[in-house]
Amino acid sequence: MLNYIIRRVLYAIPILIGVNLITFTLFFVVNSPDDMARMQLGIKRVTPEAITKWKQERGYDKPLMFNDAVEGTEKFTRTIFFEKSVAMFAFDFGRADDGRDIAHEIKTRMLPSLAIALPVFLLGLFVYIFFALTMVFFRATYVDFWGVVLCVALMSISSLFYIIGGQFLISKMWHLVPISGYGSGWNAAKFLVLPVIIGVISGAGASTRWYRTIFLEEMGKDYVRTARAKGLSESLVLFRHVLRNAMIPILTGAVVLIPLLFLGSLIAESFFGIPGLGSYTIDAINSQDFAVVRAMVFLGSLLYIIGLILTDISYTLVDPRVRLE
Amino acid sequence: MNVAGARATFPFLVFTLHYRSMKALSKYLLVSLVVFICACSGNSWNSPYPAADTGKNILYTPFAERPKHLDPVQSYSSNEILLTAQIYEPPLQYHYLKRPYTLIPSAAAEMPVAQYFDENGKRLHDSADAKQIAYTIYEISIKPGIRYQPHPAFATNERGEFLYHDLTPDDIANVYKLSDFSHTGSRELTAEDYVFEIKRLAHPKLHSPIFGLMADYIVGLKEYSMTLQTAVVAQFNGQGSDAYLDLNNYPLEGAEAVSRYTYRIKIRGKYPQFMYWLAMPFFAPIPWEAERFYTQKGLAEKNITFDWYPVGTGPYMLTENDPNRMMILERNPNFHGEAYPSEGMPDDVEAGMLADAGRPLPFIDKVISSRDKESIPRWNKFLQGYYDASAIGSDSFDQAVQLTGQGEATVTEAMKRQGIRLETAVAASTNYMGFNMFDPVVGGVTKQGRESARKLRQAISIAVDYEEYVSIFANGRGIPAQGPIPPGISGHREGEKGTNPIVYDWVNGRARRKPIEAAKALLAEAGYPNGMDAKTGAPLVLYFDVTARGIDDKSSLDWMRKQFQKLNIQLVVRSTDYNRFQDKIRKGNAQIFEWGWNADYPDPENFLFLLHGPQQKVGNEGENASNYSNPEYDRLFEQMKNMENSPERQQIIDRMIDILRHDAPWLWGYHPKDYGLYHAWYGNVKPNRLSHNNIKYFRIDTELRERKRQEWNEPVLWPIGLGLIVLAAGLAPAVAVYRRRERGAGIRKREPETGKPHQRGGIA
Repeated sequence: MLNYIIRRVLYAIPILIGVNLITFTLFFVVNSPDDMARMQLGIKRVTPEAITKWKQERGYDKPLMFNDAVEGTEKFTRTIFFEKSVAMFAFDFGRADDGRDIAHEIKTRMLPSLAIALPVFLLGLFVYIFFALTMVFFRATYVDFWGVVLCVALMSISSLFYIIGGQFLISKMWHLVPISGYGSGWNAAKFLVLPVIIGVISGAGASTRWYRTIFLEEMGKDYVRTARAKGLSESLVLFRHVLRNAMIPILTGAVVLIPLLFLGSLIAESFFGIPGLGSYTIDAINSQDFAVVRAMVFLGSLLYIIGLILTDISYTLVDPRVRLE
Repeated sequence: MNVAGARATFPFLVFTLHYRSMKALSKYLLVSLVVFICACSGNSWNSPYPAADTGKNILYTPFAERPKHLDPVQSYSSNEILLTAQIYEPPLQYHYLKRPYTLIPSAAAEMPVAQYFDENGKRLHDSADAKQIAYTIYEISIKPGIRYQPHPAFATNERGEFLYHDLTPDDIANVYKLSDFSHTGSRELTAEDYVFEIKRLAHPKLHSPIFGLMADYIVGLKEYSMTLQTAVVAQFNGQGSDAYLDLNNYPLEGAEAVSRYTYRIKIRGKYPQFMYWLAMPFFAPIPWEAERFYTQKGLAEKNITFDWYPVGTGPYMLTENDPNRMMILERNPNFHGEAYPSEGMPDDVEAGMLADAGRPLPFIDKVISSRDKESIPRWNKFLQGYYDASAIGSDSFDQAVQLTGQGEATVTEAMKRQGIRLETAVAASTNYMGFNMFDPVVGGVTKQGRESARKLRQAISIAVDYEEYVSIFANGRGIPAQGPIPPGISGHREGEKGTNPIVYDWVNGRARRKPIEAAKALLAEAGYPNGMDAKTGAPLVLYFDVTARGIDDKSSLDWMRKQFQKLNIQLVVRSTDYNRFQDKIRKGNAQIFEWGWNADYPDPENFLFLLHGPQQKVGNEGENASNYSNPEYDRLFEQMKNMENSPERQQIIDRMIDILRHDAPWLWGYHPKDYGLYHAWYGNVKPNRLSHNNIKYFRIDTELRERKRQEWNEPVLWPIGLGLIVLAAGLAPAVAVYRRRERGAGIRKREPETGKPHQRGGIA
């Protein structure tokens, strides 16, 4: 297994380089270093000298990817792409355009993101599987039918609607929790109730249907018939046999998400005033802060790769037949 | 646990439907709920603030965008100045109540008087011709006894040595924010601190947006920048890029301290508007100790920088800076004191604005600014009483504001019931539609072409009905502009004299837009009868460059097309992102565009320079985005800009405005009106568009606020009960079915105690 993991880690390097290249290209197709300088220096009274100086200080005064003015390998190394990428692969994210340390920001913002994402993930997993199993248990009855109808309805509604509707009903009309905001330590709890509830509900439709499909597929297999023929109760069939055998597809979807929980949610964090990494990314995109955008994309890719490796490892835990070689 | 065990139990770890686990979970949920409710006690459930803050003299405000800079040498955006203006004290400030805007001393002991000198250093009379004046000297004396806020940069030991000026990595190992330094100190403000800040305008590591402008005026500032650049290179090569550069070692000719409490600024020529700059944080004092403190290694990595932790002498100090969540200003214990103004405008007495006359400032102890990026939560929290004031977005306008029979804006009945009041003020700004004068169609190339283009621009000026635009798209929040200068700024004229005769007729004592026939006649004279090129017969197509907008703006762009359609002109909208838009303007590739300008100071020069020839965008990177140039206008501008406000100056301004109206390089657009909503407990509010240090004047009736918050935010519990009933009703048949099926099964769940299955019937 160790060899497999090492091989996967090595595979990750070209993937990360590719992601970095695409991010860089896309960003600089839309923005130029001059645009970035203007965005930071403001709209009024910005002189060309100030722009030049800003670019020089941040290393944006070089060509993007190919430096014609120098010789040899420096044609590639004395470029914005190379210089910014090398530092990042050493996990030196540098400073945002407003001067703040990106690594420090990521560290401090990770917890608020996790504070929402982790409860949504765990509670969601529990609720979705519970409802999916319930629908399977009552398959071909009115519970199953209306459950599916409800799932389709939930899937059809935009997550923004859940957020605005939830804020309107629960916070504005019923005054049960704050509309938005965040607190430190345990004070954060009351701010998390609403985003967590909305997070779980907004994902319920698609996830419950997905789990239901998985369970129904398992229900048609021979070992289930055998278990029933043996006289096992339906709950034992579901929880001991079907659920365990359905773990691989469940893990495929779930474990890969675990590392990404750190990155937070772009929309929910903005609407609920959660100072997490999703909100940080949105701010960076709006202010054309390439250093932050690049760092966040890099981090996202890295965590996704880690998630995939963890998923592979988790297969071996739930299915003895799977061997990582 | 071994791997085999993990394999077996993993599903159950994830999915704990076991009865015992469920019971335990229920217990935890119940305890959590109790803890949660207890935590909320003493406070409304939906209150975003800690119960400990209940009843405290705190002002609550939201902010949407995190400030980029809090160093006064750099901060220029309004959201930044809202903070820095409360912390820093420049020598001058605007009178809070008087209109037109009037400068008064802030940290200065009295208003400085400009002294004029010729090339030989001979003092000139105050009325001397601007051409004779080689230098102007402003000598500014500050009040003695002003002290800085407590700050670790000033902390010293018994021997008077600074405690935190030689920090080692170990010293800052456990430091994460400024308050982690256990000692603070203070010292008296001196004239040197003001000089220090002026020198910082030229610091090569800082990017002051006004350096370019000030380098043209403050004697020696441009050269000083180069001196510092050389010093930086020499010093930083040895000590690293963040090493401290002691500006006290580098004298600047244009700014010097003449005594402990007096400093002198030397200006090239005559520049009366310089006094207005002295009311901005760019000219606030900076203690060298603070700069020395913040440039130590390791602090920047912890985001402890001068750009984020200001050090001032003003009424407030920034005690918490988490721009992702919350910024907190608290009363500066060392504030030297100031009294609420005892005179204002005649209306102010009636409005109760002078009730606090002479009382010591500030009234509010603490300002908590919470970050709310989205307008919906911001608006709802205002309605719940958790923010003390609110701007009005277009989506909440109808809910908040209604027009009376006389066309006056007032709050709706729902707002009135909550005691919310509306304050309006015309902003010192202008939103205009510009023509690129380098464009052959709307600007013209030959003399005849320019004449033709002028008539075309005039025709469009009549056709585009800004009264309608303001009514439809700005909810009436604006007044159609007659020229570039907004109301409230000297040089602006009201009535018939202030009406643009190219676009309006003066009928029965009010301006009436000329009929569309007048525009069509002008269009025909321009060579486009009925919107067709008289020479080629081709339809006239014009291009309107706008920044990329959302679906909400489609209607306004359609409306604009219709305005041009009145003249049978086809308007093509070219939408692009803001960067490309700016690029087009800089390169002169736009034809017609929309732009705006907010005043830096209340002087007509600050608007008229937007059409000054040498300020052209193309080639000069100035602020004249239309690239307009008129020799007479430029000459008059040079003459006007150095004059004090006087009838002679007004005459020149009138002539300049006439030229502009005739040439019509802009559709003058409209001057927006700011609408603000304030709760009943929020007092002493008078909109002041140029002064930002106003929080010290505000007052909060905390008792009323607490009462209203409780009243408006009683938790509604019946939905929870109803939800539980519905859930129970839905689950009951399902549980019954479940139990029935379970009973019918041969083998059921294992008993936890024995691990053996119950057996039923003959199946084993």
